Amino acid sequence: MEKHLKVSAIKDGTVIDHIPTKALFKVMKILQLEECLEMITFGNNLDSKAMGTKSIIKIANRFFADEEVNKIALVAPHAKLNTIRDYEVIEKRVVETPREIIGIINCFNPKCITNAETITTRFEVLSNKPITMKCLYCEKITNENEMVYS
Amino acid sequence: MKAKSLISITDFSKEEYLKIMRLAEDFEANPNQELLQGKVIATLFFEPSTRTRLSFETAINRLGGKIIGFSDSSSSSVSKGETLHDTIKMVSNYADMIIMRHPMEGSARYASEISSIPIINAGDGANQHPSQTLLDMYSMIKTQGTLDNLNLFMVGDLKYGRTVHSLLMAMLQFENPIFNFIAPQELVMPNEYKILLASHGIKYFEHSEFTEIINAADIIYMTRVQKERFIDPVEYEKVKNVYILRNEMLKNTKENLRILHPLPRINEIHTDVDDNPKAYYFTQAKNGVYARMAIIAHLLNLK
Repeated sequence: MEKHLKVSAIKDGTVIDHIPTKALFKVMKILQLEECLEMITFGNNLDSKAMGTKSIIKIANRFFADEEVNKIALVAPHAKLNTIRDYEVIEKRVVETPREIIGIINCFNPKCITNAETITTRFEVLSNKPITMKCLYCEKITNENEMVYS
Repeated sequence: MKAKSLISITDFSKEEYLKIMRLAEDFEANPNQELLQGKVIATLFFEPSTRTRLSFETAINRLGGKIIGFSDSSSSSVSKGETLHDTIKMVSNYADMIIMRHPMEGSARYASEISSIPIINAGDGANQHPSQTLLDMYSMIKTQGTLDNLNLFMVGDLKYGRTVHSLLMAMLQFENPIFNFIAPQELVMPNEYKILLASHGIKYFEHSEFTEIINAADIIYMTRVQKERFIDPVEYEKVKNVYILRNEMLKNTKENLRILHPLPRINEIHTDVDDNPKAYYFTQAKNGVYARMAIIAHLLNLK
């Protein structure tokens, strides 16, 4: 019961659960929730059996297309999305790592042209676990621990 | 339709590699062909490179084209703070093709997205230099008669050397190459390339000694250890004199062996090798003009 009180329920909208604690604000940024005018509630450092601690975000009256939500796969690969209608979960989804990442992260290579001019970065995802990506400009391969978020 | 550019060596198919080889042979036999008459080619060298620029400009002149451009960015509006984006936009309104060298990696790919005319990447930082690879391949097919079943020894800086990486990528398209990598521990071939070779079922061997193992080679590809690639100068000092090819080492090598080097060399090939008929690096540089004529003709659909 106590858990339910921590983050209040929404009537219609999306619940994003199982976000790693350290990725909460990155997820907010990637989904551009700063600009969202709907009611947003979130919880951080919640207990989780599977993850130790986790974060959760509830966004009222907002629904996400797959390609939109798959952008968070880089920071929250195990996130689960519940679509809520009239307090009921009508759909559950998991995020999938897209094959190409556009924007979101900067190239780690200081000599890459994307760090010198105003260019939207593009990466080809080479593998999911762990995530490795190739910059389509400088062709350098970025590993998970080298990612720089824009 | 987007103009066809040459940014990375993998932009070309095996058929295109072979077409470039055939065209280069044709240009070597008949070097003055007025295929570029009435065309303007821009050579934009945001950082200086005498050899590559002169080789491209010779190729353009031999094809009867006109050249505009600059040989270092201090003599262009880049020194006033103009972006690469704007320079390329402007020049692509003037010329029929852009040949560019730029210190930032990925700059040529970016330029090809902005430009309405073909771009040839003449080097983008430590990333790609595909015309070098095509002239290396032309030198190999000319001296060996084939690009299949070759035993290639790559020596020196295999970690940062973009020429060896590009050549390796291109050779994946040909039958049964064998690679031998000779490098100090600090400069070994990166894992990503070894994984790639293994996934193609291609044999490779790694050595740290530069000895009579070279007797099995069809091609020895020497590279320079480039000081500018090292962050720590102490690391550079440790490895700069590790592998030097001397004439006496070639005594029992194969008759068909040829020694390649992208030049400039510092001391990694002793000058006593220069008169050995197996030394090929100066002819290789000459082949660059024909290979570049072939690339220009191919991208502009002139042949």
